Amino acid sequence: MGRFILRRLVFFAITLLITSVLIFALIRAAGGNVAAILLGKNSSAEEILKLSTELGLERPLPVQYFEWMNNFLHGDLGQAFRSKQLASHLIWTQAPVSVPLSLGGLLLAIIIAIPLGTYAAKNFNKPSGAFVALLSQIGIAIPVFWAGLLLSLVFGVHLGLLPTGGWVPWTENWVGSLRSLVLPVFTLGIVMASTLTRYTRTAILDVMNEDFVRTARASGMSRRVALIKVGLRNASLPLVTVLGLLAAEMVGGTVIIEKVYSLPGISRMILDNVTAREVVVVQSTVMVIVIYVMTINLIIDLAYGLLDPRIRVGK
Amino acid sequence: MMEDFALKVENLVVSLGDLVAVRGISFVIKKGERWGLVGESGAGKSLTALAIMGLLQDGWDTSGAVWHDGINLLTASDKKLSTRRGRTMSMVFQDPTTALNPVAKVGNQITWILRHHMHVNEKEAIEQSLALLNKMNLPRPESIMDSYPHQLSGGQRQRIMIAMALACYPELIIADEPTTALDVTVQKQVLRLLDTAVTERNCGLLLITHDLPVIAAMCENVAVMYGGRIVETGSIAEVFTNPRHPYTKGLLASQPTLDNIDLEGGTRLTSIRGSVPPLYAMPDGCAFAERCDFATDKCKELPELDDQSQRVACWNPIAITQKGA
Repeated sequence: MGRFILRRLVFFAITLLITSVLIFALIRAAGGNVAAILLGKNSSAEEILKLSTELGLERPLPVQYFEWMNNFLHGDLGQAFRSKQLASHLIWTQAPVSVPLSLGGLLLAIIIAIPLGTYAAKNFNKPSGAFVALLSQIGIAIPVFWAGLLLSLVFGVHLGLLPTGGWVPWTENWVGSLRSLVLPVFTLGIVMASTLTRYTRTAILDVMNEDFVRTARASGMSRRVALIKVGLRNASLPLVTVLGLLAAEMVGGTVIIEKVYSLPGISRMILDNVTAREVVVVQSTVMVIVIYVMTINLIIDLAYGLLDPRIRVGK
Repeated sequence: MMEDFALKVENLVVSLGDLVAVRGISFVIKKGERWGLVGESGAGKSLTALAIMGLLQDGWDTSGAVWHDGINLLTASDKKLSTRRGRTMSMVFQDPTTALNPVAKVGNQITWILRHHMHVNEKEAIEQSLALLNKMNLPRPESIMDSYPHQLSGGQRQRIMIAMALACYPELIIADEPTTALDVTVQKQVLRLLDTAVTERNCGLLLITHDLPVIAAMCENVAVMYGGRIVETGSIAEVFTNPRHPYTKGLLASQPTLDNIDLEGGTRLTSIRGSVPPLYAMPDGCAFAERCDFATDKCKELPELDDQSQRVACWNPIAITQKGA
């Protein structure tokens, strides 16, 4: 188990290194300059170059990269050129929106998908099972923003049960915060649950045809007991992999959902900063998100190791 | 009422839609009897076994009757069957590498059976499992109980499968190609374990294999299956010394022995020409007719098993010669 964790951690570090270079390069490849945006339309090229030099953006790229990485690794995420706000502060104030949204969505997806997928697999040759499969197919086909708009329209506008958007800070009124999160979490959860339901169904159908399930039934397990005792545990192995992929997808989903429900989350903050070409803030925030996703993946990997003895022992 | 048979199969038919894989077979296995079922792949041997156990995949249909422990297994509910499976009848599968749950410790897989069927407590179940593994000649049973299947060899796993099959003293053991996936040296040990179990516990054994010497060494009686039907059945001595069905004769002749292999490189090993007709093109008459040297027009009609002691389903059976002639 120790070696397994060590391998994972090394993998973690390498991925971070590669993504840091990618983020750094991509935001610059997008063109534009924070100095030009700060100075406005009527500024001259000399003025822009002057400010850009002052901000340190005209130095060689490797110098800029290493300075950023060095600061980042020492816990200094940098600050915005314009507002002088610290990136860490920006992340810290938006995280209470984005983290519950993404984790809540993921959890909800698991809670919906595992029983539903199991049901669909158990009844795969009956209309009820086919109906669930169809439902999940529709869920996969519906874009996140559309699902968000629909839910907001039904529960927010027509039924008036929940806010259609906006945010009440936790410190002000936590019930209000929860209420503003319900629809976004459901939107994200339902969309991810559709994919996961389908994978669950397939994984269980595959496992139930395995020889060892037949052995279990030959030993006296009824269909139902074999499904629960042997099937689910084995089917969870491929599902854990899918969960890791979903965790990454979830971040993409929050960008859209934060937009649809006007939530002041991290994704929206990044979008705004990309537009403003606040390179350092964007770089650092994206890195933090990458670490967040990778940490979820690491936890999932460890769960995988716990679930499958063949991985735990290692090669 | 105590039955003297462990299994009684009456006119068993197994089909998938229009495809009929097993076409009405009947046989009885007495308690303490070792009964062999041979035939090529696709003859319907494994489907017969799965139909008896009630473990056919969804979509397969059965008709006829399979009597065991006072119930017709074909019509019993899954719940009722699950009180018999592993308890009064058990099965050893062909491939021990995939037949054990990869994420559960071997010990838990054995003790579950004992606790489920015999209602013993955890401690008792562990003791009985250790005794079983000991009996299977598995060294250091404690460490085996604590292992996952992937940590064990194929031979070890198959012995664990047999231990699981024997755990509750079943009246019937079905072994479907139990040695095919094993090394030759391990094969003999595994067969001996099955053999001993039948002797000690007076249970019936249905041994399914395409390996004729295995059947000859293990069983008292044998049935030869072809195209979903039993084409010849009788005692080992009868069938193996004087095969009456041309297919049985062909099978025996295809078996390499020291007499018919040529060490210089040429081959004197005969094979049966042609191949088993596919399910969708099974002829109405004798399924073997197309490959048979003795086939006549009569073979377009379906032959039934005759009523001699060595029964054969053939219009032109081979005459029985004197032993040793």
